[in-house]
Parts: sequence; C-alpha cells; structure tokens
Amino acid sequence: MAGHFEPIPGGGAAVALDEVEISILRSLAVQLLELIGPGPGGADGEGDPLADLFAEGPSEPPTDPVLQRLFPDAYGDPESVPDDQHKEYSAEFRRFTENDLRAGKRENALAVVRSLDALTVGGERGAVLKLSADESRQWLGSLNDLRLALAARLDVIAEEDTDLLYQLPDTDPRKPMVMAYLWLGGLQETLVETLMP
Amino acid sequence: MGQVSVAPDVSPVEVQRPESAEEVSAVAEPDVPWVTIVHNDPVNLMSYVTYVFQTYFGYSKDKAHKLMLDVHHKGRAVVSSGTREEMERDVQAMHGYGLWATMSQDRT
Repeated sequence: MAGHFEPIPGGGAAVALDEVEISILRSLAVQLLELIGPGPGGADGEGDPLADLFAEGPSEPPTDPVLQRLFPDAYGDPESVPDDQHKEYSAEFRRFTENDLRAGKRENALAVVRSLDALTVGGERGAVLKLSADESRQWLGSLNDLRLALAARLDVIAEEDTDLLYQLPDTDPRKPMVMAYLWLGGLQETLVETLMP
Repeated sequence: MGQVSVAPDVSPVEVQRPESAEEVSAVAEPDVPWVTIVHNDPVNLMSYVTYVFQTYFGYSKDKAHKLMLDVHHKGRAVVSSGTREEMERDVQAMHGYGLWATMSQDRT
C-alpha cells in the first residue's frame, strides 16, 4: 500500500486509492464511529436539540483504552496517580467538554466515510480521492484519531513500542493492524504537508 | 479575595462542587497563571504536532517547531498560559486534535 497525498494546485489534496484501501479506511472509520457512539440525542438524530445542547457529559473516564486516549483527563500528571482534587477537576472538565469532543471526532470520521462513499471505483484501478482544504483538515483529524485508536489497541505506549512494530514477523496476528497503522501514518504525514501554513 | 469567605452560608452540596471555573480559580490562587502542558506520546507525528501549534495557537513555524521538539525530547512542554478558563479552552482544543494535554497552575 503506497498511499500518499499530493497537494492540488489552488488548495486541497489528492490521493490514489485502490478498492482494498478504500474498504479498509471505511471500515476503520466506521469502527471509530461505533466506538465514539451517537450524541446525546441518540442514533436516529431525533433527540431534542435544545436538551442536547444542555446535556452534560460523563464525569468518569471511559473504560475502553482507545476512548481513554481520545478523551484523557485534563488535570494531573499523566505519569502519577491523580489526587482527589485533580480527579474532581477532571470530572468537571469532562462533564462540560466530552460531548463536544465526541461530536467533533464523529463529524471528522463521518466526513471520511462520506468522501469515500462518493468515490466511483473503476475496477482494479481504484479511484483518485480529491479533498478540499476543509475536507483535508477533517481527514487529518480523523487519520490521527484512527492512528491513536490502533496504537491503543496495539499497546503502543513508549517510543520503543513503535520500533518493535517494525520487527513483527509476518506470522504475528497483529501484523495486519500494524500494516494499517503504518500506512495511515504515511497518509497523515503527506496530508499534513499539504496543509502546512 | 473576599468572596471565598462566604462559604459558611452556602449549602454543603454547593461547597463540594463549585459551579464555575471562576469560583474554582478564586478558591485556588487567583494571581498565579495556569498553563497548558502537552505531553509526549509515540503516536502523534512530529509534523502534525508542529502543524497544530501553528494553526491553533498561531505560533511561527520556528516557535511551533521548537515547542514540538521540547515535547519530543523533554517529554512535555508548556504551550500556553493564561486564566483557568483560557487554559480549559486550550486543553479542550488539544484533545480535539488528539494531542495529550493537561493543565495546571504554574507555581514555578
């Protein structure tokens, strides 16, 4: 999987994707959406918008390691056990921010799914995905979320863990996820270059 | 800060959980600024972290790059400072970008 973005003159970015790549990206984005979950109004989008506006988020950190990484505590040293005051501050921060943060990540992942679904795939040649600058920013955020999610699943905690990923034998069951992680890194790296101010 | 001493008139529930960030920062030391700290992690790309510092904070390429290197080599860097409310905004924004950020009152 070669995949790299190139800038489009005048703004935006383009990447050639084959059918398999499109299906992997879409599947990862959908999994992320399922993990983030629907907003306070529920999956049907028919909740009371005014009630949603004032709905408080959770005060406890998520239990899933991916969600823990996407929505970390705002107070306290990450390397030590938080004291009661930090816990209380983090809980309050979470109540007032986590719904909005989830909504933002949901929007970005939906933008990824939508632009992939709009592609016309020409057999084995695949398709060229063209993103506007705004879409590029949404993709950039979502590619980052997807990499954080895969890294959490792969237990990438320290720099050395990343090095170990490169050395996994082909027979390792984590290999496909590692390949996806590294591939997404290439996509993100080339996409951010097209957006550099 | 005189308003702190009104606590005895307030019901226990309200004492337990301040209603707003202003009250909390008034209870904490009000004159000491708060800071946003970004922590190193092995996932976020160096180019992406630099990009975030440039676009969100409006820092120059040089300043953003230097802060990114601080995060990478020292494990963390203070990326902004201000009132508690301002720092809550910055931390929320950093979490939106997927950067690992916390805030604390700068006592150094």
